[in-house]
Amino acid sequence: MKNNLEMNGAEAVIKALEENGVEIIFGYPGGAVLPLYDALFKNKKIKHILVRHEQAAVHAAEGYARSTGKVGCVLVTSGPGATNAITGLTDALMDSVPLICLTGQVPTHLIGTDAFQEADTTGISRPCTKHNYLVKNVDLLCNIVHEAFSIASSGRPGPVLIDLPKDIQLSNVTYTNKIIKTNKVKKNKNLIDLATISSVAKVLVNAKKPIIYGGGGVINAGPEASTLLTELVDLLNAPVTLTLMGLGSVSNENKNFLGMLGMHGTYEANLAMHNCDVMLNVGARFDDRVTGRLNAFSPFSKKIHIDIDKSSINKIISVDYGLVGDAKDILYALVQEIKKEKKKKNNTSISDWWFDINEWRNKKSLNFEQKGRIIKPQQAIKLLYEKTKKIDTYITTEVGQHQMWAAQYFGFSKPNHWMTSGGLGTMGYGLPSSVGVQIAHPNSLVIDISGEASFLMNMQELSTIVQYNLPVKIFILNNQWMGMVRQWQELNHGSRYSESYTESLPDFVLLAKSFGIKGLLVSEISELDNAIDEMISTKGPVIADIRVEKEENCFPMIPSGAAHNEMILSSSDSNTNVSQDGIALV
Amino acid sequence: MSVYQSNNLNEKESSRTLSLIVDNEPGTLARVIGLFSGRGYNIESLTVTEVDDRRHLSRISLVTRGTSMTIEQIKSHLLRLVPVHLVRDLTLEGPFIECELALIKLVAKGANRVEALRIADTFRAKTLDVTLSSFVFELTGRPHKIDAFIGLMQSLGDTEISRTGVSAISRGSETETKILEQIKVN
Repeated sequence: MKNNLEMNGAEAVIKALEENGVEIIFGYPGGAVLPLYDALFKNKKIKHILVRHEQAAVHAAEGYARSTGKVGCVLVTSGPGATNAITGLTDALMDSVPLICLTGQVPTHLIGTDAFQEADTTGISRPCTKHNYLVKNVDLLCNIVHEAFSIASSGRPGPVLIDLPKDIQLSNVTYTNKIIKTNKVKKNKNLIDLATISSVAKVLVNAKKPIIYGGGGVINAGPEASTLLTELVDLLNAPVTLTLMGLGSVSNENKNFLGMLGMHGTYEANLAMHNCDVMLNVGARFDDRVTGRLNAFSPFSKKIHIDIDKSSINKIISVDYGLVGDAKDILYALVQEIKKEKKKKNNTSISDWWFDINEWRNKKSLNFEQKGRIIKPQQAIKLLYEKTKKIDTYITTEVGQHQMWAAQYFGFSKPNHWMTSGGLGTMGYGLPSSVGVQIAHPNSLVIDISGEASFLMNMQELSTIVQYNLPVKIFILNNQWMGMVRQWQELNHGSRYSESYTESLPDFVLLAKSFGIKGLLVSEISELDNAIDEMISTKGPVIADIRVEKEENCFPMIPSGAAHNEMILSSSDSNTNVSQDGIALV
Repeated sequence: MSVYQSNNLNEKESSRTLSLIVDNEPGTLARVIGLFSGRGYNIESLTVTEVDDRRHLSRISLVTRGTSMTIEQIKSHLLRLVPVHLVRDLTLEGPFIECELALIKLVAKGANRVEALRIADTFRAKTLDVTLSSFVFELTGRPHKIDAFIGLMQSLGDTEISRTGVSAISRGSETETKILEQIKVN
């Protein structure tokens, strides 16, 4: 009789997934993964979600991972299955999302022969994964899967790919359990640098114009890190701003929250960054969307940077204090130090600083006027937020103007409730991502705030949504333009709208109907209120086609090549002329 | 460096010799090289061979150029790679030895042959192959010395050159044994 640890490679992989806590796997079958699908068929614990495109499998796993803090899991076939997954993997790498991607491969003896559906998957995915493996020896298989999970979820999280040749999946193997072992020289020991933390605490307590700038690292460090960051903000009574990736780590309702910073951040957040004397960056990476022109970035400040990835420190901006480690651990130590420091002496008064900030706040940079019958996209998001505030709501977005409006006008009071493609800027991210979020949170409200162009990039996933009866709400801000492209063409290229208008859009209501789900067309402001109510109260999936002002621009904005203090509030602003250097930037 | 203007530290680039201990497994070298090409860093010289057959570890000696900020980035990025165990900056650490091996073929006639042998002798080059119209010399030493020798040979006739690139090690009694012992023998 067969020992229950004797099995084939495919069964061992599935068992290892189970041991590592996988409950859901997003995938698409094909020739090179048939043994794995056979093993899944026999497995009772892991649920497979069949997507309609491999890119969507990865985005769905990202949505799952980002809304739960767990490792997402993907299974795709060799060749085109693997190459289709590449965009998703790059997206996960840029946004530090922990994923395991299993790819099928042709049998080992055919590798290198240009076999059917063969691709050099480990070669192609090397720069877009945290690590990858090609399994050539079945005896190493179990350990590789276990190690992959450790790598994906430790340090700065990221995607790990395991390429599994078909003969390996079919070879016999004795299953080995996960052993916590360190076979590596301990790198990046992440010992908390208490001496530096103590100096940093002094600098923060004595700051006259402090600003705290939090990013995705706070979210990745778990909900406790968000609580600690909020505690730090309250302790110092310092203003806090968050990056696109960090939204939710401090509640939008916190009185010290200045809104998002950066290219489409608020006036007060960017001016506070520019004029501060001490900047504390927690888990953000001085991305070019945030810093604007580097030689004019926050010229008067001492800078402190907390990041788990040592290579993020001094990469773009030279800082005065670098602290390498998990945001939660460092924030905890820092909060303790600041409490001690505050006992010794009173806080430096920062009321003058708040006076300045309130002046900037009074500019009301997010103001807009809803006049006439045409819906302003900002109004649509604002109303959506007001109507969902009291419900546990998860938002995913695609990429473009609607994404920025969602970041500006939707309020996030908790971490892990906001899933957007920040680093890579992947159009088509939101719909599949919402699949993963809804699978993880079946009873919550999941809304994909979308643009009509982005929606078209992965709309095949409607089929997935219908198959699993996922009550995802797709809220399309439809302006018939690739809005952000159009805006840049208006600002930087003399309104020469080259190829940014979509001629043949579907009737989204009929499209919904063809999938047997509800479609709503909203073309006037008077209908918006009822439509949102109807969308929320509908049990199943909904496509809401919100026809918005076609040529609305996303403001405020730091034009490319400009600095924080050179931001423009509307297209009539005098600073709209972008420099030649600026036009060359993305 | 970002797409925006550089930090303008006015610091000149300098040459650095790095010494890496990595797993000898398929793809490791591709990861190291891919990091340099993907992020736009330079590799001036690179040598790699297994140095520990029980643990399957290789040493990569690597010469690169950059400002100190760039070099710090290179080192941090190298350490992020899973099969990279150790990254040492020999230039920064203190005195070290770097050495290279070169094979130089010279095709020459008459008096130039005599001159070539005399120069080879001065440089302590070994003669590995002789025909009536050619020599193959073997020379080890610092890259500058090899450059000088090659320059002289080139003025004596047609040459063909093969160089290994720099291999480097720190001076003194300190070794990496303690650190490498943390890595399990497979």
